[in-house]
Amino acid sequence: MIDRPPHITVQDFTMGYGDFVLMRDLNFTINHGDIFIIMGGSGCGKSTLMTILTGLKRPAGGKVFYDKTDFWGSGPEVRDRIIRRAGVMYQSGALWSSMTLAENVSLPLESYTALSAAEIKEVVDLKLELVGLAGFGEFYPSEISGGMQKRAGIARAMALDPEILFFDEPSAGLDPVSARRLDDMILELRDSMGTTMVIVTHELASIFAIGDNSVFLDVSQRTMTATGDPNKLLAESRDPTLHMFLTRGEKLT
Amino acid sequence: MTKPGEIILQESDDSTVTLVLTGSWKLGGIGSSAEDVYQRLQSLPTPSKIKFDSSQLSEWDSGLLIFARRLRTVCQTKNDVFDSSGLPQGAQQLLALAAAVPEKKDARKIESKTPFLVVVGNDTVELFHSIGKMLEFIGEATLALLRLFHGQARFRRSDMLMTMESCGGQALPIVSLISFLVGLILAFVGAIQLQLFGAEIYVADLVGIAMVRLMAAIMTGIVMAGRTGGAFAAQLGTMQVNQEIDALRTMGISPMEFLVLPRMLALALMMPLLCLYANIMGVLGGMVVGVSLLDIGLIQYYNQTVAAVRLWDLGIGIFSGIVFGVIVSLSGCMRGMECGRSASAVGEAATSAVVTAVVGIILSTAVITIICNMLGI
Repeated sequence: MIDRPPHITVQDFTMGYGDFVLMRDLNFTINHGDIFIIMGGSGCGKSTLMTILTGLKRPAGGKVFYDKTDFWGSGPEVRDRIIRRAGVMYQSGALWSSMTLAENVSLPLESYTALSAAEIKEVVDLKLELVGLAGFGEFYPSEISGGMQKRAGIARAMALDPEILFFDEPSAGLDPVSARRLDDMILELRDSMGTTMVIVTHELASIFAIGDNSVFLDVSQRTMTATGDPNKLLAESRDPTLHMFLTRGEKLT
Repeated sequence: MTKPGEIILQESDDSTVTLVLTGSWKLGGIGSSAEDVYQRLQSLPTPSKIKFDSSQLSEWDSGLLIFARRLRTVCQTKNDVFDSSGLPQGAQQLLALAAAVPEKKDARKIESKTPFLVVVGNDTVELFHSIGKMLEFIGEATLALLRLFHGQARFRRSDMLMTMESCGGQALPIVSLISFLVGLILAFVGAIQLQLFGAEIYVADLVGIAMVRLMAAIMTGIVMAGRTGGAFAAQLGTMQVNQEIDALRTMGISPMEFLVLPRMLALALMMPLLCLYANIMGVLGGMVVGVSLLDIGLIQYYNQTVAAVRLWDLGIGIFSGIVFGVIVSLSGCMRGMECGRSASAVGEAATSAVVTAVVGIILSTAVITIICNMLGI
């Protein structure tokens, strides 16, 4: 594999609420073009980690670097500029419910580009086509199924051709076939555009199928216990908790 | 009807106790209470083994499991051997399943009793925090408004128009009803007193000044607090639950500009219009009483009203309307934005929005009245 430069670097990272420490001493690197999986059992802080990486919540300690820029050490303008190059897909899609799908996708374009209305419409149609929702532009989020909402959420996240895409549990609540299609889509997007993908999930099938780098958050030890290619971790790791996680509870032999 | 569950204690020579279970062991239908058995077991010389015989058991559910589970706990404290093999197969498996994951001792909620003074202190600190947050929100809203005047604020005009329609036009029926009735009631109450002096004609003055200067704005404000303020809080609260506000933030779009500003503008523009309309409806209500009960002529009533109400009164009423519009929209949006991430939190946000708005309306009425008094208008 070609050596890729680091995109996001997390250093001595601590997160928690008030006095309560959720995770400490997190150190890992997400490289350009990685499909990076943040995995761990329920309640281990996967989603919290993502809210910190996407700039919604300040970490209790430690640093995050985007390329070479200290994310939380910079002012709000720099953070805004960095995060504008990232797209986020939320667990439930989080589409703006008072707008149609097309308006959802076009809002970031209207806000940050100087494209004409006709050009924006073309981009919107293209993005909706990419996620298999061609022709649904005039629908409101409440009029389509949960899986479609998630895909529309991806279309919105991709609107500005981001360098990084964050996914919060993309396949949770999807039927196996839709989940597989979503995985394929993530792979294709990475391969064709070189987008860095950061995915919070505990779907084992997805983790092994698409992940090429990962971090495992161990809720009992309140820290990360492994990082690397999940397939390699499964083959090589001697950590019983990680092994149980990756094999749906089988004991390490 | 099956027999209720009974239990027979059999002791054998090698100090083994066999519990023979008969009848139906279902929740609520167990005859001999399990308590008896625990006591009888404890009164016996220490048994070496406790066995079950369930051959005469007709049916069972969680009732049997609860009994067995408690029995096991009792036995374990006495270091005795608890043999569940005599229980029905299903019950054995369920018992094993329940024992598979040991209870997490630190998972229990810690319920500590806080002393009264601590509660008062915490609430006071909390109050100051909430005042601080309120001021912060008002400040942010003002900044967003300034950005609007500089042409930098980003929101959709269509959102504002939709909000204007829902808090303007669609509020007309309820505003009509309330202000018409308030005018009517004022006229009634006033008429009884004024009739004593034969001064019925001054009902027109009373209703006109009270409505135009004060009541129309207050009543409209309170109606809008319940109708629109609650709706704003619920809308934004649901958006918070749905992570829609997070999505705006990560897009670098300020929720203050995108969500709060159009709502604030819409209500601040619609409230004075609604107030004007409420003035007319209130005077109309008074007129109905005046004309039908007090034998005042239509034209006479109209002329009396026009002569009594000064332009200042109208100005103060409209100004109050704008202020109330801002208060209602800001309290609705603020409670919505600070909403937690659950359905009950949305309900609390809506309630709290209405309360905040009504308190704000009353307080600002007092302030406006005092200022007008000082200025002599």
